[in-house]
Amino acid sequence: MSIPFRQETFRDDFTYRNSAEAVRRFPFPFPQDAYMYSVNIEPHVSVDPGSVYEHTFDIDEHYIAECEDRAITLGKTKNRFLALPHMMDAQWDTLELLMTSMARDYPDLFALSRDGAKWHWMNKPLNIDQHFVFGDTRTLPYAPLEYISRQGQGDFILLDQREGNLWVDAGVVTTQADWSLAFDVGMSFNEWHGPVPMAAEIGVFDRALKFLLMLQHGAPVRRLNWTMTINPRLDTSPEHYDQWGPDRASVTPENVGAKVHLRVEVQTLFRLPRSNGVLFGVRCYLASLNDLVTNPAWGQRLHRVLRDLPQPLAEYKGLVRYRQTAVDWLKQFDQSHS
Amino acid sequence: MSAMRNVVVSRIQSLAPGIKEFTFVAPPGEELSRFSAGSHIVIHSVLKGKPHHNPYSLLGSPDDPHWRIAVRRQEVSRGGTAYMHEELKEGDTLRVSEPINLFPLVRLGRKYILVAGGIGVTPILSHAREMSRLKMDFEVHYAVRSAEFLVLSDELRALAPGRFYTYFDSEQERPDFKQLFGNQPLGTHIYVCGPSGMIDACLNAGRAAGWPESHLHSEKFLAAEHGEEFTVVAAQSNVTITVASDTSLLDALEEAGLNPPCLCRGGACGQCEAEVVSCDSEFEHRDIFLTDAEKSSRKKIMPCVSRVKGGTLILNI
Repeated sequence: MSIPFRQETFRDDFTYRNSAEAVRRFPFPFPQDAYMYSVNIEPHVSVDPGSVYEHTFDIDEHYIAECEDRAITLGKTKNRFLALPHMMDAQWDTLELLMTSMARDYPDLFALSRDGAKWHWMNKPLNIDQHFVFGDTRTLPYAPLEYISRQGQGDFILLDQREGNLWVDAGVVTTQADWSLAFDVGMSFNEWHGPVPMAAEIGVFDRALKFLLMLQHGAPVRRLNWTMTINPRLDTSPEHYDQWGPDRASVTPENVGAKVHLRVEVQTLFRLPRSNGVLFGVRCYLASLNDLVTNPAWGQRLHRVLRDLPQPLAEYKGLVRYRQTAVDWLKQFDQSHS
Repeated sequence: MSAMRNVVVSRIQSLAPGIKEFTFVAPPGEELSRFSAGSHIVIHSVLKGKPHHNPYSLLGSPDDPHWRIAVRRQEVSRGGTAYMHEELKEGDTLRVSEPINLFPLVRLGRKYILVAGGIGVTPILSHAREMSRLKMDFEVHYAVRSAEFLVLSDELRALAPGRFYTYFDSEQERPDFKQLFGNQPLGTHIYVCGPSGMIDACLNAGRAAGWPESHLHSEKFLAAEHGEEFTVVAAQSNVTITVASDTSLLDALEEAGLNPPCLCRGGACGQCEAEVVSCDSEFEHRDIFLTDAEKSSRKKIMPCVSRVKGGTLILNI
């Protein structure tokens, strides 16, 4: 298996595009014509060869470009990698999980050899050949979490478990849907979900937290989340809203199919063995409306979901400004007009 | 359902009268996962045709390629500890859960006081090992019946030189919790594991000294005690089962082919919580998960340790 990596950008000229194969395997998130929050958690096991769920950490045609975009964000802006001091074991746990998973699932791209604490890591797509001592931060060019996150797609957040809660105590966050690690760091599960409308009332968070506190090593779980983004931009951070917020006003009936992207997060949660922390992976997939309507079932369903989305959710997800334009355009793909 | 794996018994060693240490390795070509301080595994065994599930703390180092536990043979054993002591041989293969941690280390403490009673020393040893590695400020208090039961003390003494204190019942020695907790710096955490009476005395002394609950940590595994025979109906599956007096409700459900989710099997984790449709007799709640209000509501039960006194229990499973 060899992945044809694309040369592309997620900012400025936005040359990001999906191949037909990337569209085919896009994790379309709507199992029915209407959307509401639920505890939509399932075991993170390998299913459907070729799908985004085949491997523990999916590597796709955007891998190199995403790593380049992350390096730009980490270099230009502050506080995108943060780790409280008690999270060092969880950082190493994460590095171990990513390296062992990537080397096992993509042996033609990554290789790991271990002799006790002496590790040798090879990342062929990024031309990295690293000898280091596991547990010794002086032998890596970055902190363990930042080091491995620079070689992964999606954000990686580390949660500490104590007092019957989960605390956001470390992370690398550069592909986020309008939330800030610098603002949330040190917060509990209930605090960082505070802004989400309607979900707490139906008990979603209490049940999800209870479930996650019991998450067991060797039995990771996943769920999907979604929003929409104008232009294929990975870094939509609240600190830099001035750079991307105005894009929402640029959507017209003529450009809506190319500009408006469905942004789907495959969120994974792993119990970390040595630290008892939890790794929360948030992997972002972007597809334009033009991409999505190549699948007639998706075009029809997305029209209905967007049209009927409760207003508080539309406001929270930041869709209000262009929702109607998108719905009007999508209507042509929903001929039965249910 | 919790993740399971096979392990091979590589060594069995007698530590004291009625106490044995077991070392497990991975089957050829596999690796055991690392684990966090305070973790346990659940061992699945079959004795005289009956399944048993017993939790044991991992006491070794997460960096070793093997797992270690110590087991005290319970005089009134429901079978699990008798199996470990009398049937299990080196070279045998066992079915066990992956590590589970219901007694985890809070890494933000300023100081830690570890208190062990008897075989409760096993998770305390793993915490001492971790605190030593992380260069935390901690001390260990270890109470046993008499000197011959002071197992694993060489390792503890080496981890906490000058901060390791022992108490022998036979010499009328006991930890003075009131004095111990009365003069500690703010931000100190207590970790205690041992007999119920000792845990209660320790936690109550902490509360009396004004310590917040978030700084008091205990681990108490509840054995699924025996009781009266009763009938359980699994309403969704339309199955009726007799739960014998020496079988737990959870074991009976599993024998009947139902597999409710479960983790600790000790009434602590909450995973096997079942919704009660109706019950025509009295509940015997023995878990430490449900609140008192939930227990008296007659709407929920933890099948791993709790049961009813005869009659019929109908569950929504």
